[in-house]
Amino acid sequence: MVRKTFENEIQHLKDEILVLGSMVEQATLEAVEALKKRDIRTSNRIIADDRKINQKRFTLENQVMILIATQQPMARDLRVIASILEVISELERMGDYAKGIAVINVRMGDNALLKPLIDIPRMAEKGVDMLHRALTAFVTEDLETARALPGEDDEVDMLYEQVYRELMTYVMADARTIERANWLLWAAHNLERLADRVTNICERTVFVVTGEYKETRTSFDELETPEEAEE
Amino acid sequence: MQPETPQYAIETRDLSIFYGAFEAVKGVNLNIEKGKITAIIGPSGCGKSTLLRAFNRMNDFVPTSRVKGEILLHGVNLYGKEIDPVEVRRRLGMVFQKPNPFPKSIYENIAWGARINGFRGNMDELVEESLRGAALWDEVKDKLKQSAYALSGGQQQRLCIARTIAIQPEIILMDEPASALDPISTLRIEELMQELKKNYTILIVTHNMQQAARVSDYTAMMMLYEDTRSGTVIEFDKTDVIFTRPTDKRTEDYVTGRFG
Repeated sequence: MVRKTFENEIQHLKDEILVLGSMVEQATLEAVEALKKRDIRTSNRIIADDRKINQKRFTLENQVMILIATQQPMARDLRVIASILEVISELERMGDYAKGIAVINVRMGDNALLKPLIDIPRMAEKGVDMLHRALTAFVTEDLETARALPGEDDEVDMLYEQVYRELMTYVMADARTIERANWLLWAAHNLERLADRVTNICERTVFVVTGEYKETRTSFDELETPEEAEE
Repeated sequence: MQPETPQYAIETRDLSIFYGAFEAVKGVNLNIEKGKITAIIGPSGCGKSTLLRAFNRMNDFVPTSRVKGEILLHGVNLYGKEIDPVEVRRRLGMVFQKPNPFPKSIYENIAWGARINGFRGNMDELVEESLRGAALWDEVKDKLKQSAYALSGGQQQRLCIARTIAIQPEIILMDEPASALDPISTLRIEELMQELKKNYTILIVTHNMQQAARVSDYTAMMMLYEDTRSGTVIEFDKTDVIFTRPTDKRTEDYVTGRFG
């Protein structure tokens, strides 16, 4: 016997997660493209559209709560449901990063880009690609992909390092570029964090399938506190 | 620091229970921790009640029934030759699915069992203590002489619990104790169980998985062998493990409602 109503509801939620995911993916790519082209209008639209992402997240959260109340899921079902709550919250945060990049573009006003964007769009593409595959692995409960994907975060981290070093050469050459360098560094930082959060989604997939909490270390975790460094 | 070794109230060793030639329950090995609530779950007809009734030798009343293996209380086999089944039932009290008070007053429902078990102390005190223990005192203290049948179903069930603890058992066996009760009465019984486990070890059979998840510390999952139709314990673990990440696929299917 299968629980048809419940299975259908879970499937529906998974479909909606992919929809929410595609909203975030699109916002991220568009925010970087708008920054690259200094297209303020698009950035303003992305900022406004972030509300739709937040709204969708709350709608899904509400559906999850109704499902818990009416179906009382157990075991794997419970893990799926709990993980969906986590994943939609990750997606909402990622949406905030896209919005953050749009805000940077608006704040820059009439200032020209410090340099043409090359690595930042690469970071966005790689991060969005990882996100897309992580969400697909989550909805199909694909353990292998979920375990392999976090390793690819290193590529995004390397690009971030590269962006950082390059921007610093500008700053060292001319201290008046600090603010313009900082804007771009923040955009890159947002993308680096997005990729880190992709690994959280992968961890959830591993949890759904195996019941194990297995943490993947990300570049963000490597910023140890002094106490940890002493250990 | 040495990890504290758990104290077992009761243990079974390769326990099998037969009705005539039919092996209803096969090869059960359980260590029931003292002062904890252990739930027995599983689909209908898998031998949960049979197993529960074996603990206080209630199956003795079924003429063809017999057991193989051992049930140990403090290391003593309850099915040993020298054991008096009446004494076993005093030390392992049972609460049934349907409240079954005696057709007597509330007071007598408690006093009667105590009296025939040779209680010589202050009966009024025992009655009050037992009713307080079953969270019923405040509701009945002014009508102790009234018939127990005048009480609601939930109150009757708590009276049966009071009657059980009046005999001062070590272990309380509960067979679907709340399945005939409304949600509020059910909640009262469940809350009461949390109080009772401070002094008693509780074993509960329940069809209500949410109830097992809510009230118990350990859960034993029972299932039938396909070929012989004998029931057995397929998984026994902490309740939170059983309901969040069970090991056995059949437990998973059962607790998620996919078992057919």
